[in-house]
Amino acid sequence: MKPVRIVSGTALPLDRSDVDTDQIIPSDWLKRVERTGFGAGLFGEWRDDRDFVLNKDEYVGATILVAGPNFGTGSSREHAVWALLDYGFEAVISTRFGDIFANNCTKQGLLPVRVSPEVARSLLDAVVADPKLEITVDVERGTVEAPAVGIEGTFPLDEFTRTRLLNGWDDIGLTLRHEDRITAYEATRPAWRPSAAL
Amino acid sequence: MAGRPQTLADKVWESHLVRSAEGEPDLLFIDLHLIHEVTSPQAFDGLRLAGRGVRRPDLTVATADHNVPTTDVDKPIADPISRRQLEVLTANCAEFGIVCYPMGNANQGIVHIIGPELGLSQPGMTIVCGDSHTSTHGALGALAFGIGTSEVEHVLATQTLPQIRPATMAVTVDGALPAGVTAKDIVLAVIGRIGTGGGMGHVIEYRGSAIRALSMEGRMTVCNMSIEGGARAGMVAPDDTTFAYLEGREHAPKGKAWEEALDNWRSLPTDPGASFDKEVGLEAATLTPHVTWGTNPAQVVSIDSSVPDPDSFAEPAEREAAARALVYMGIDAGTPIREIPVDTVFIGSCTNSRIEDLRAAAAVLRGQRVRPGLRALVVPGSHRVKAQAEAEGLDGVFRAAGFEWREPGCSMCLAMNPDKLSPGERCASTSNRNFEGRQGRGGRTHLVSPAVAAATAVLGRFGSPEELVR
Repeated sequence: MKPVRIVSGTALPLDRSDVDTDQIIPSDWLKRVERTGFGAGLFGEWRDDRDFVLNKDEYVGATILVAGPNFGTGSSREHAVWALLDYGFEAVISTRFGDIFANNCTKQGLLPVRVSPEVARSLLDAVVADPKLEITVDVERGTVEAPAVGIEGTFPLDEFTRTRLLNGWDDIGLTLRHEDRITAYEATRPAWRPSAAL
Repeated sequence: MAGRPQTLADKVWESHLVRSAEGEPDLLFIDLHLIHEVTSPQAFDGLRLAGRGVRRPDLTVATADHNVPTTDVDKPIADPISRRQLEVLTANCAEFGIVCYPMGNANQGIVHIIGPELGLSQPGMTIVCGDSHTSTHGALGALAFGIGTSEVEHVLATQTLPQIRPATMAVTVDGALPAGVTAKDIVLAVIGRIGTGGGMGHVIEYRGSAIRALSMEGRMTVCNMSIEGGARAGMVAPDDTTFAYLEGREHAPKGKAWEEALDNWRSLPTDPGASFDKEVGLEAATLTPHVTWGTNPAQVVSIDSSVPDPDSFAEPAEREAAARALVYMGIDAGTPIREIPVDTVFIGSCTNSRIEDLRAAAAVLRGQRVRPGLRALVVPGSHRVKAQAEAEGLDGVFRAAGFEWREPGCSMCLAMNPDKLSPGERCASTSNRNFEGRQGRGGRTHLVSPAVAAATAVLGRFGSPEELVR
């Protein structure tokens, strides 16, 4: 994963609650065995509607998605994160994220920016009013700001994830530094635990 | 640890700590990693790219479920992309030495059906799978949760996962369920109460006399839908029902090992006095069959009531979501649920395709006929469920009533195989998600129990078994 320090750019408003991962990337797309090319399927069914916000010229080039509450609920499909990244989003702002989706985001360097309902509402309104509004998400400081309209907010990130994002570290590599501990744990496992081997 | 009362989730968590360090997530050992064709190919690619192997193929098991057709399974799969994905699963498992139950194998089935069925899912284990309904296995007293593909790769490579410890939530259901009210209705009522986000960041432990009285199949249905309430995992403390279910299963401990395991499992239930971060209580006696009316599982009401008015919701976001859902679902506020006609009935999915679900539906359908013009299909959760049902003659009951009797798989739960709804088609489904387009683009899904699904197939509109003329 690439290091992520600051995401700065315009935003696209998706003023809907409970946007589940089936909407983010419909299941037809899940048959693919590749990791790339999912941007074309992002919000696949909603995009058929010409008035859907993704089809509006004024939001072309947005790198931040501002969504309603409970974004990324449902299916564990990481394809949702791949689709958002492939389309060009680098951060998603909401008041609440599905647990698995948020986890998948930080593994791939897509920022799940969880803000207060007040900040989320004012950002949504501000982006609708001015599609060219610049928003900056700062991973190190844990802040989201739109200085032109005086919006400032913070978002939580555990220190480990923050460090991992800032450095672009590979989780597996980090864990394998503790391989001796895994081996030691394995030696203590009860023998009656099941094996899948035939 | 001695002295401080602990929850079931605490005990499983702490017994799987490989490493715990200040300011870092805990590193948990994973006892069982279940794999299927959809969320694993990119993880295996990642391993190859990094030159890594699978640390514990013996703790990993794969099956084909999401893509598999439920008819003509002896012929090549028509959809070339689905076919390729299934071939890739088989090839990856062969390359890395993982046991795989592909299409046609006697052990094949929906991944969350076969884990418990083979006796692989046991109390006190940590179980993961690249699928959000992994919470199902929590019914056996395991800590089981869904993961993304990056985490699948992580588990393949290390047999561990770095995890931040979740909060705990007790959902207590006390009392006796009225006749005709099932595990599915319990969990739909819970989700209706807590909302789609109520369990986020939490592990739910389902407790109380109504949960204790459920069979293992019923407990699996309840735990299965924890994620629909936002909780990554749902658990039920192991008890004699659990042990009776497990004893003698293929991968369950035998002889002296069984006794050792029992000693351990009996120590798992939450200690008296242990506290939960959140608590919710429901009275079983007040529950009724539930039907979803909207496009998320929290948009649910009793079968005895009507489609709610969006204006009745206090929160603006909920109001807007309700209004949008009614447009998508093509129904009007105020319509009595029992007056909504359906086109299709689907009995299946990791929520409700176990033998007990099929028995419940067949009991309703015996001597009845599906309403003319209505499409009705039963998709057993696994080959073993299918064989058991056939041995009991249930397939004959379904067929005589006008249901199609299919081969096992995820099928119309998520429409990755040819079983799909057409735009505008309305379905009473025993699955877990009524999301827009979940069962096919433009399809309209209402989630119900197997008993309600069966009665609805006969009536041609939502209804419960007691409405049928015998």
